[in-house]
Amino acid sequence: MDRIRDQINATARRVPTWAVYILCLLPAPYFFYLAVTGNLGPDPVKPLEHKYGELALQLLIAGLCITPLRQHLGINLTRFRRALGLMAFAYVTFHLLVWAVLDVQALGRVVEDIIKRPYITIGMAGFALLLPLALTSNNYAVRKLGVKWRKLHKLTYLAVFLGGVHYIWLVKGIQLEPLIYMAVILGLLALRLRGRKPSRIAA
Amino acid sequence: MAHRWINTLTHNDITPHRAFLNRRQVMAGLAAGAGLAGIGGAAHAADGLEPNSYEDITQYNNYYEFGTGKTDPARNAHTLTTSPWTVKIDGMVDKPGDYAMASIMEAMTIEERIYRFRCVEAWSMVIPWNGFELADLLAMAGVQSGAKYVAFETANRPDEMPGVRFPALDWPYVEGLRLDEAMHPLTIMATGIYGKPIPNQNGAPMRLVVPWKYGFKSIKSIVRITLTDQEPPTSWNKANAREYGFYSNVNPEVSHPRWSQASERMVGGGLFAKRQPTLMFNGYEEEVAALYEGMDLKANF
Repeated sequence: MDRIRDQINATARRVPTWAVYILCLLPAPYFFYLAVTGNLGPDPVKPLEHKYGELALQLLIAGLCITPLRQHLGINLTRFRRALGLMAFAYVTFHLLVWAVLDVQALGRVVEDIIKRPYITIGMAGFALLLPLALTSNNYAVRKLGVKWRKLHKLTYLAVFLGGVHYIWLVKGIQLEPLIYMAVILGLLALRLRGRKPSRIAA
Repeated sequence: MAHRWINTLTHNDITPHRAFLNRRQVMAGLAAGAGLAGIGGAAHAADGLEPNSYEDITQYNNYYEFGTGKTDPARNAHTLTTSPWTVKIDGMVDKPGDYAMASIMEAMTIEERIYRFRCVEAWSMVIPWNGFELADLLAMAGVQSGAKYVAFETANRPDEMPGVRFPALDWPYVEGLRLDEAMHPLTIMATGIYGKPIPNQNGAPMRLVVPWKYGFKSIKSIVRITLTDQEPPTSWNKANAREYGFYSNVNPEVSHPRWSQASERMVGGGLFAKRQPTLMFNGYEEEVAALYEGMDLKANF
């Protein structure tokens, strides 16, 4: 087990972070291309909008797995967490843009929806919470904010939870997929609440 | 009593199959080139309805009994056996009983009806249905005076419908109409699309089409019709009474609690298609407004 862990850590150390950024970004133009060429079905706006939102949620969840992976399995992928967080924010932005520009198509209606439709209000709140996190995802901010940086970035927990609620709320009736996402989110958050195990020191 | 509504659209309005096949290539070609703007939206004539392609109509469906994704019904509905098929007609009728699909088809006059179809999710299509007037089927069974509503029920077959194993809705799917809505010339039972037998994912072998109401009222794969004097329960109303009312008439002035119904996306328009304003009663105001004379349509949504 330890050897596998060490292998994974060694491999991870060789992967440059720019590669993670590129890998995460590739789906964006890919799905857009599918949408434009009629390969996302006959009503491409919604599938594209949902795909970006789904990727955003998946990336947020992936970022939240980093610490538990380190604490409980000794696998250290912390270097990639910033990329995952920033890419999650990127996809939330793409999701928001597709919704506002290609779906709703009128600023007045966008504002009206944000005010009148609770599941959209919640989605916007999630976006608003991620904004300062994206803006402070750089070495300068980490240095400047010190201890406060860590506290600020705990907002991720709330943001991902709001994302999960947003998903459950936007589907018609009871559907399985949003509930599964919420279960995963709550599980990851519960891992945090159970108290931190003392960090394993890499051998 | 067939032919009480005449199509204002003719076969000249239906886009030829070839052109529809071509349209995708044209779009792909244009997209691959530089000009991405302005692809959508150009497809619809100012007057006259242009039916969606057979592919769009049969590959994009809400039929939760086969999964909640839009392509799930096309993928999964092949397990539904649609022959032999019987419809139980009961309640306040002279001749209650199990009516075989074959005998129904023999007795009915099948005509083509090109209707707008508006989903509550704010997307729409134009569909060239083939079917008969519901009024004719009800006449076959003999509606007794005193009957005020018609209740419908969809097949509920866990062994043939993978989606019913999950309680997305309370199965079987049920719907209902007021008697005058059911007897209206526009209300049909559809048995075909584009002259071909209706595919499973569209509600084979027989589904209701009430074009002035949101699509979920056009109940699919009907196994039972009951004439009653009580307003019958309807599945989406049972699931969420605040969001889905019994009438569910298409009405741009009454929004769904979670989204506006003032505009819609026309399926097939492409990624950049402009939203279109939703029409009162889905464009059938002239034909059906009289049914709701004096009714508060916000309260009776």
